[in-house]
Amino acid sequence: MLEHSVESYDRLREKMAARDRSLREKVMSLQEAGSFVRDGMSIGVGGSTMSRTPMALLWQLIRDRRKNLTCSRAIVSTDGDLLFGSGVSDHIITSWFAQGILWGLSKVMRHHVEKEGKTYEEWSHMGVGMRFRAGGMGVPFLPMRAMLGSDVLKQRPEAKEIDCPFTGEKLLLAPALNPDVALIHVQRCDAYGNAQIDGLQFMDIDLALAADRVILTTERIVSNDQIRRAPDQTKIPFFCVDAVVEVPYGSAPHECFGLYEPMMKHMEAYVKQVNADPIDGMQAYLDRYFHGPEDWNDYLDLIGMRQVLEASQHGRSIYND
Amino acid sequence: MTESKNYTTSEILPILSARQLRDGMVVFAGVGTPLLAATLAQRLNCPRLTILFEGGVVGAFVEPGKLPPSTNDQRCTRRANMVLGSSDVLLLLQRGYVDLGFMGGAQIDQFGNLNSSFIGDPAAPKTRLPGTGGGNDISSLTNMIVAMKHEKRRFVEHVDFITSPGFIRGGTSRRDSGLPAGGMFRVITELAVFGFDEKTRRMKVLALNPGVTREEVQDNTGFTLDFADNLAVTEPPTETELRVLRELDSERLFIN
Repeated sequence: MLEHSVESYDRLREKMAARDRSLREKVMSLQEAGSFVRDGMSIGVGGSTMSRTPMALLWQLIRDRRKNLTCSRAIVSTDGDLLFGSGVSDHIITSWFAQGILWGLSKVMRHHVEKEGKTYEEWSHMGVGMRFRAGGMGVPFLPMRAMLGSDVLKQRPEAKEIDCPFTGEKLLLAPALNPDVALIHVQRCDAYGNAQIDGLQFMDIDLALAADRVILTTERIVSNDQIRRAPDQTKIPFFCVDAVVEVPYGSAPHECFGLYEPMMKHMEAYVKQVNADPIDGMQAYLDRYFHGPEDWNDYLDLIGMRQVLEASQHGRSIYND
Repeated sequence: MTESKNYTTSEILPILSARQLRDGMVVFAGVGTPLLAATLAQRLNCPRLTILFEGGVVGAFVEPGKLPPSTNDQRCTRRANMVLGSSDVLLLLQRGYVDLGFMGGAQIDQFGNLNSSFIGDPAAPKTRLPGTGGGNDISSLTNMIVAMKHEKRRFVEHVDFITSPGFIRGGTSRRDSGLPAGGMFRVITELAVFGFDEKTRRMKVLALNPGVTREEVQDNTGFTLDFADNLAVTEPPTETELRVLRELDSERLFIN
């Protein structure tokens, strides 16, 4: 198990060589993009906490009733609850797992870890970051100095402590993580997948480089000419990307930098409902917001115009002087 | 405690924490009390304080009334000097650019180790807590201030699980574990300000909060405390400190 936790370089290169990296249009529907994900895969989730969460893609995977996914993310918020609660994932790799610091512990996470035997695999925040970065660099590990001496490390036989061959100091080797598919939400990209990210990038660039496939959802699809006018804003190159889906408000009820803040009233109502009853409360939420709607816009309708407008007003104010 | 206090626990924690900061420092702050404390210091006597957030923010200058609900939200970036990826901002700690780290705590022990992962046996936990976030990275790589509520069940002889290392088992055990830099510097509670003994690395009371007795601190602590020879009494929060703090969190996200 441990020996196979890091993919061989031969295998990584074989998979890359087999990938169509040509400059081609990749625009498709949410349903088509969702079909890249198969049961049992390892999925990297972009953004962090309540920010630039690829919610529309998670929504699609939950509607498709995917199973046994192993999901990794810098920090999870309600997305972690939804992945466990829907049965889509039984194993989440992250550094922090609750709905948000404002709401204390997640009863959903607690229920699934304490009673249902699901796995919350805890690494330090830097640990998750070094794993994606090693994956993106094409090396089997990166050395780091955090996690040493802690019980977090004792739970992680996948990480190796070594004596540095140069200095003799203790170092920790964080193993590369190369997810089968990465799900990333951005403010804009072109039809080829050249993606521009405003504000906080989190670990998304490393994640995009590390994964074997990348599905982008984007607030807007813009022309390639528009991308070329500000190439310094492009954070993910098209050849990393396999699918592009235009999904306005694709992180709702979480935030997307410069466009909308979290839809806090919806979040608060969600937290109240699922923490009061992590099984039936969650099921009722999934039925209403995930399985019920015809499409994503229908889901936004359920969250409500007032919520979406308020979040947008706050979101755009980041650009006010 | 005295009856006539005009401040709450959630107010004295950020105020006393802010007093530990010095102008010109580079500090890495977690969300909640730490963010509030660092921002308060910046508004009061540390205008050149540089605040880092794990979301990737360098040089934050958070707006009054618009405190971010986490350190990964867009509000953190307002008027900042720079936005980096999360891994890169954490790597600044490893390189040594950061003077102080700053976080809250759920459970702490005599050596300043923090637990935010498990209550009970990790193999069959009574409670699975949220985990480390950047806490382990910060406490592994720089000097730490922890602000937390003082309760006997939170101040224990040995934490159930070391999520974020303090001085581990005391003495030189932190360095011996591969953590030569940093360590616990101060613990701030509504009862007292604590430091750590240079040799044993055990927690020690440096100053009592106004109106608090030695016995009160000891009675609320699950291990025997040492008291500094020159034990001080902290000045109560000033009108200015309270006013600026309440302006900062006018939405009452973190204080009450």
